[in-house]
Amino acid sequence: MTRPIRAVALISGGLDSMLAARLIQDQGVHVEGLNFYTGFCVEGHTHAIRRHDRDRPKRNNALWVAEQLGVPLHIVDVVEDYKDVVINPRHGYGQFMNPCLDCKGFMVARAREWMEQHDFDFIITGEVIGQRPKSQLRRSMPIVARESGAGDRLLRPLCAKLLEPTLPEREGWVDREQLLDWSGRSRKPQIELAEAFGFEDYAQPAGGCCFLTDPYYSRKLRDLWQARGERRYELDDIMLLKVGRHLRPRPHFKLIIAREEGENRFLQGYRRAFTHLEPVTHPGPLCLLDGEASDEDLQLAARLVARFSRGREAPSVTVAVAGAGGADRRELSVPPLPVEQVPQEWYIT
Amino acid sequence: MSDHPVLVDAQGLLCPMPVIRLQQAAADAESGDEIEVIATDPGVRADIPAWCRVHGHHVVDIQEEEITIRVRVRLR
Repeated sequence: MTRPIRAVALISGGLDSMLAARLIQDQGVHVEGLNFYTGFCVEGHTHAIRRHDRDRPKRNNALWVAEQLGVPLHIVDVVEDYKDVVINPRHGYGQFMNPCLDCKGFMVARAREWMEQHDFDFIITGEVIGQRPKSQLRRSMPIVARESGAGDRLLRPLCAKLLEPTLPEREGWVDREQLLDWSGRSRKPQIELAEAFGFEDYAQPAGGCCFLTDPYYSRKLRDLWQARGERRYELDDIMLLKVGRHLRPRPHFKLIIAREEGENRFLQGYRRAFTHLEPVTHPGPLCLLDGEASDEDLQLAARLVARFSRGREAPSVTVAVAGAGGADRRELSVPPLPVEQVPQEWYIT
Repeated sequence: MSDHPVLVDAQGLLCPMPVIRLQQAAADAESGDEIEVIATDPGVRADIPAWCRVHGHHVVDIQEEEITIRVRVRLR
């Protein structure tokens, strides 16, 4: 007896990959989902950290999509391997720090490895020609298939009719006539097909799920690399770029200042690794200091922290300053820095 | 099958890392084994049960403590 044909679907949590997987499921193919965790994923983190987001329904969209489809979902930690994609994208960045074409090639390559290890037959993505400006152009599609090594085992059900027939189509594993010919940026066909499938609730389109497409986040990442004099990062670095106000009053240090209680609690976990400041005489934010700071710099940092405390109008605020892990703790009584003395260019936004 | 649950310490990790750690532990375990995840991200309350549902595993118990959340899972 021959085994059923099996496909692995890249599931981002958005609508397109959900529809693509469903189209193939409806042709009787066994489908399982694959989702990659790069560290730059938007979903989850800000909900977990920020208190004001906690009332919103909390769910992992990729898992939620898998539930709607009734397929197992395998979530893969690619944080380490993904660094090379972000730091050295062969095809360059998009509008911000988003290496979308390299990212797609990386993910399809990892899906190909998974497919081979688990004896699956082909890969499904939710790509649509022209949907995204860099990674989903017609000319990009063969690049992804070639560089990932997936070749013609990569099937894009939503636009397959506009492309050369792939192996699953030629072998009759799927019926090409039941695949689609979508192109362009319109979301109308997706929404109509979602309704036809009975999907009433789905996440926003792909692309909004990655911090690297966010201009503010991208600036903070560029600033991090510029200050370090080299392009590298650790997971904690990119987590911290998602949290707090970031101010760089001097080239050799920056401050990460919590904006609310949830961020305050999150940053507390980093006191072991950073010099940190916190108002003592007035309620106010925890602040991490990233870099090297002289006594004069610490005075300035304390005045800035006081500026963001409830004592901002007070003549003096006492701020506790401690090194990493609480070393060398002392208290500085400082006048809060007036708003007009906080230049806009200090803000990394 | 093990008599004691496998402990997965996911404290301080943000979702989906606790789910990934659970998934890795499940890959090394046998049917009927139990895994207990200790986490601090409230996202595990939704994400671990969702992961269990799509893989056919069973959530035995979710215990909320002051800071941590313990989720006990039995593998199918």
